[in-house]
Amino acid sequence: MTRPTLYMLALAAGMFAMAPWIINAAPNEATMGLVYKIYFFHMPSAWMFLISALVAGVASARFLFFKKATADGWAVAAAELTVLFGSFTLVTGPLWARKAWGVWWQWDPRLTSSLVLFLMFVAYLLLRRFGGPGSDKLGAGMAIFSMFNVVFVWVSVNYWRTIHPPTTVVPTLPVEMGIPLWYCVTAFTLLYIVLLRLRARLEHQRTRVDALYLAEES
Amino acid sequence: MSAFFRIVWIVVKKDITVEVRSLELLSTTIFFAITVVLMFSFGLVVEGRAVPDVAPAILWIAIAFSGTLALGRTFERERQNDTLRALLLAPADRPAIYVGKLTGILLLLALVELVLVPLVGLLFNAPIFAHPARLALALMAGSVGFCAVGTLFAAMLVRARSRDVLLPIMLYPMTVPVMIAGVRGTAALLQPEPELAIAQFWLALLATFDVVFLTLALWTFDPVMTD
Amino acid sequence: MRRLREMPGRLKAASIGVMLGLLLFASPNVNAQPQPPKDFVAVDETAPGEQIPAIPLVATAYGFIWVVLMGYVWSLGRRLRKVEGELAELESRRKPPFAEATGCK
Repeated sequence: MTRPTLYMLALAAGMFAMAPWIINAAPNEATMGLVYKIYFFHMPSAWMFLISALVAGVASARFLFFKKATADGWAVAAAELTVLFGSFTLVTGPLWARKAWGVWWQWDPRLTSSLVLFLMFVAYLLLRRFGGPGSDKLGAGMAIFSMFNVVFVWVSVNYWRTIHPPTTVVPTLPVEMGIPLWYCVTAFTLLYIVLLRLRARLEHQRTRVDALYLAEES
Repeated sequence: MSAFFRIVWIVVKKDITVEVRSLELLSTTIFFAITVVLMFSFGLVVEGRAVPDVAPAILWIAIAFSGTLALGRTFERERQNDTLRALLLAPADRPAIYVGKLTGILLLLALVELVLVPLVGLLFNAPIFAHPARLALALMAGSVGFCAVGTLFAAMLVRARSRDVLLPIMLYPMTVPVMIAGVRGTAALLQPEPELAIAQFWLALLATFDVVFLTLALWTFDPVMTD
Repeated sequence: MRRLREMPGRLKAASIGVMLGLLLFASPNVNAQPQPPKDFVAVDETAPGEQIPAIPLVATAYGFIWVVLMGYVWSLGRRLRKVEGELAELESRRKPPFAEATGCK
């Protein structure tokens, strides 16, 4: 592990350890009470989920169209983290929704798009794991399609019904709630960068091991 | 440009010729589609009458299932005789091969839908002859979208392991917008008082999806199929 | 964007043109979009007796994230250690022949 990665990991771990106190210090919300505090972990998770999907798509495009071999390692790493942060988002969301909206799930654009994006990257991981040789190119094609598809899923579900809180809720948060939120966003971003680097390193090392085994046999 | 369409026509003619000999794909896919619709009928009939407004959903799910099956088996045929590699080695424009395979599968699916639509109309009392041209257009747009992505993925998976289950796993999440737009558009047309403006909106969305994903598939077919 | 350049010029132009045309066609139809229903009732209008306790939900949410995150970091660490061990072993297997050949240790 490189020195900067180690520092970032330590910082992220420290921030996460401090997080419960910072979140506890935030006041309860007027209508939702305590349960809205799920938001402090739900929103950064959702952001990392979407950013990771984008990273996976871009890395896949670089691998497929520009033939950068190392880009595939980054794509796999980003895909795995998309599924990780996606699971955080899709579990914490309904837990919050149960209290805030009275139902666990609704077919509104944001939820449906998130679920479909999550499923597409689970399919990507299954393909990479069980597809056999050549699945790196196949996966890359699929990741690129997934990136474009999110727009269409969003638009098509948008003309059904919408009860997800509008995005403008962030700027209008009072300062006491804004600080824990941005603290958590920072912590999650650091965590994401660290995990991405480590996971990509794992993938690149695996490639080197394969190459060395191949060299040994010949 | 004419060379492109000549290759497309050659590939389509080859597929039709092979299929016409045995009609294996066509007959088995049509029968499969019929059984899917029947399964849904048994599941959704209450007190001897169908639940209202389910016809569009059942139609599109049957199309999705039959389409997946047809895609898998078309390329299985190619894999068995290693003809896909021969096709790719030929001095033909790769996107043309893709379009050729796509056209062949679309023709197959069109014939399946010719049987499916009257069956669904019959079993679920859906007014399929109210706006037949628009309905046909919606079915065509949806099928093109579904098959555009499906042909690419099925071709990609020809040499992969676990390809039978990986195709639906990859294809269904990717074609969610097509399903949504197809079902909503068809539902708008099959209402007692059809909502033509809404149907037109969904049709436009389907068309946009088709164009974007066809273009994407044409771009990615070559790099993905290269060893 | 090599792919875009490599595509036959007319096909590229046609696909871009059709895409733009269809987007233009689609835009007037945006007005025909079905209206979202306005019949959702906010939960805070229900009586306090019907409220769902918040603490189990909050605890589950944070607990899930912590547990899964710890599990993932542990799994990543384990996989990294395994691969680095394999790599070290493979590299050491490659080195001795050179040392023997040149006669230095």
